[in-house]
Amino acid sequence: MKTIQVLGPGCGNCKKLAENAAAAVREIGLECEVEKITDINVIMGYGIMLTPALAVDGVVKSSGRVLTVAQIKQLLVEG
Amino acid sequence: MSLGSGPVSWKREWKSLLIIVLAFLGCFFLPVGNARFDNAIRESLLLVKWYAQEHVILCLVPAFFIAGAIAVFVSQASVIRYLGAGANKFLSYGVASISGTILAVCSCTVLPLFAGIYRRGAGLGPATAFLYSGPAINVLAIILTARVLGMELGVARAVGAITFSVLIGLSMHVIFRGEPSENADPHMNAAQPETGRALWQTVVYMASMVGILVFVNWGRPATSAGFWHAIFAHKWMITAVLAGLFAVVLGSWFGVRWWRLIAVSVPVLAFSFVFPDRPVMAFLVGVVGLSVVTSTDSGELGEWFGASWGFAKQILPLLLLGVLIAGALLGRPGEEGLIPSRWVSRLVGGNSLGANLFASVAGAFMYFATLTEVPILQGLIGSGMGKGPALALLLAGPALSLPSMLVLYSIIGLKKTTVYVSLVVVMATISGMIFGSLFG
Repeated sequence: MKTIQVLGPGCGNCKKLAENAAAAVREIGLECEVEKITDINVIMGYGIMLTPALAVDGVVKSSGRVLTVAQIKQLLVEG
Repeated sequence: MSLGSGPVSWKREWKSLLIIVLAFLGCFFLPVGNARFDNAIRESLLLVKWYAQEHVILCLVPAFFIAGAIAVFVSQASVIRYLGAGANKFLSYGVASISGTILAVCSCTVLPLFAGIYRRGAGLGPATAFLYSGPAINVLAIILTARVLGMELGVARAVGAITFSVLIGLSMHVIFRGEPSENADPHMNAAQPETGRALWQTVVYMASMVGILVFVNWGRPATSAGFWHAIFAHKWMITAVLAGLFAVVLGSWFGVRWWRLIAVSVPVLAFSFVFPDRPVMAFLVGVVGLSVVTSTDSGELGEWFGASWGFAKQILPLLLLGVLIAGALLGRPGEEGLIPSRWVSRLVGGNSLGANLFASVAGAFMYFATLTEVPILQGLIGSGMGKGPALALLLAGPALSLPSMLVLYSIIGLKKTTVYVSLVVVMATISGMIFGSLFG
C-alpha cells in the first residue's frame, strides 16, 4: 500500500493539494493513504524548501506548487 | 453523576455554550442607537464601498493575475539555487532580501522557506534576511500599499524592507557566528521542469501585465499640464496598447489560439467604442475574456488561472473583513470610528521615538492576515498616526506576529528568536524615525 504525504503548514494551497491527492486516489481506485504533515520541523526533514509539497512513500515528487488531480494520477501510475 | 454522563456532555459542549452565551450577550447589549456605534457601522460600510469602487477592478484583479503568473511561470527553483548550501555568501544576502517578490506571494510559504534556508541552505543570515523582507515586498502587498497609502509609503516599504533585511541578516550572522551550523543537505529538492520559453519572453509577458496595472491606476496629478498629466490623460490609450501587446504575447508564446484572442478582443473594442466614457467596462470585459480563455485551458494557462483564482479566494474574504473592522474601529480618513482619534494621535502621532517604538512593538506582536495591514494603517493614518510610525508598523507588522514567533522559536530556539525580534523592532523604529523626518 502506498502512502502519499502532503507537506505544508496548513494554508489554502496545502489543503487544495491534499484534496487533489485524495481525489486522484479515489479516481484511480488505488489503496492508498493520504497523510497531511503540518509540523514544520518534520517538513524540513524531507529536504524541501517550498510548500506545498507532495511525497509518495516518503520520496518527494513535487514542491512549491499545487498539482492538479491529473498530474497526481500520473505520478501515482508511474510508480 | 459526572458532568459527562447526561444526554448533553458539557465536557464536549462547553465551547458551543460559550459561543451562544457570548453571542446572546452581544445582541442583548447591542449599542444600536448610540451615536458613536451607529457612526462606526456607517463608516465601516462606507469604507468597504470605497474599496470596492476604487481598488478592486483596476488594482486587485490585475494584481491577482500577476501574482498567479509569478507563482506559475517564474521558476522558483532558479531563485532557490542562490539560497542553497553552496551559494556565494554575498550573493545569497542580496537574493534573499529581494526574492520575497517572487517567493513569498503567499504568506504561508515564508516560514517553511525560512526553515529550509536556515537548515539546509545558505544559513541563518540569508534566512533571516528573507524572513524579514519576504512578507513586506510580496507583489500584492506593494501594489496595494502604493495604491491606497500613497506611492512614497509603498516605495519606502519596499526599500526599507530590502535594506534592513540585509542588515538584520548580517547582524544575526555576526551575533551567532560562533555556533556550528547544521549540516547542509546536498539533496535539495529536484528542479522544476523548464518551460519552452526564453527568459526575455517571460519578462515581456510579466512587464506587459505590470504595465497595464501601473498605467490603468495612474493617479490624477496635482497640475493639469506637463508630462505626468499627459500620461494621466492618455492612460486608457496606453492601457489599450499594452493590452494588445499582452494579447499578442499570449497568442505567440503561450499557445492561445488566435480565434479565441479575437473572440475576446472584439467585444472589448466594441465596449470601448460604445461606452467611451466608461472605459472600466471594456476593461472588465477583457478580464472576463482572459478568465474564460485561461480557465478552459488544461495546460499552464489553466494553472495560471488556478493560481490567480486561489489567491483571490484566499485574500478577498480576509481583506473584506479587514476593511470592515478597520472601518468600524477607525473610520475613513478624516472621520472617526469606535476608537477616538485623539487616542491614536496621542500614541502614534507625530514622529517621536515613543510613537515609532510603540508602532514597532505593536506591529511585531499583532497578527495581520495578508494585506489587511493596508486598511488598518489607512484608518490609523486617517486618525492621526504619523508617517514614520506608519512605516515602522508596516516594517515590523507583517514580518512578525505572536503565532509566527512561536513557530520561529521551534525552529531556531529562544535566544535567536529573541535577538531577531529585538532587531526587527529596533530597525523598524529607526527606519520609521528616518522616514518620518524626511516625509512627515
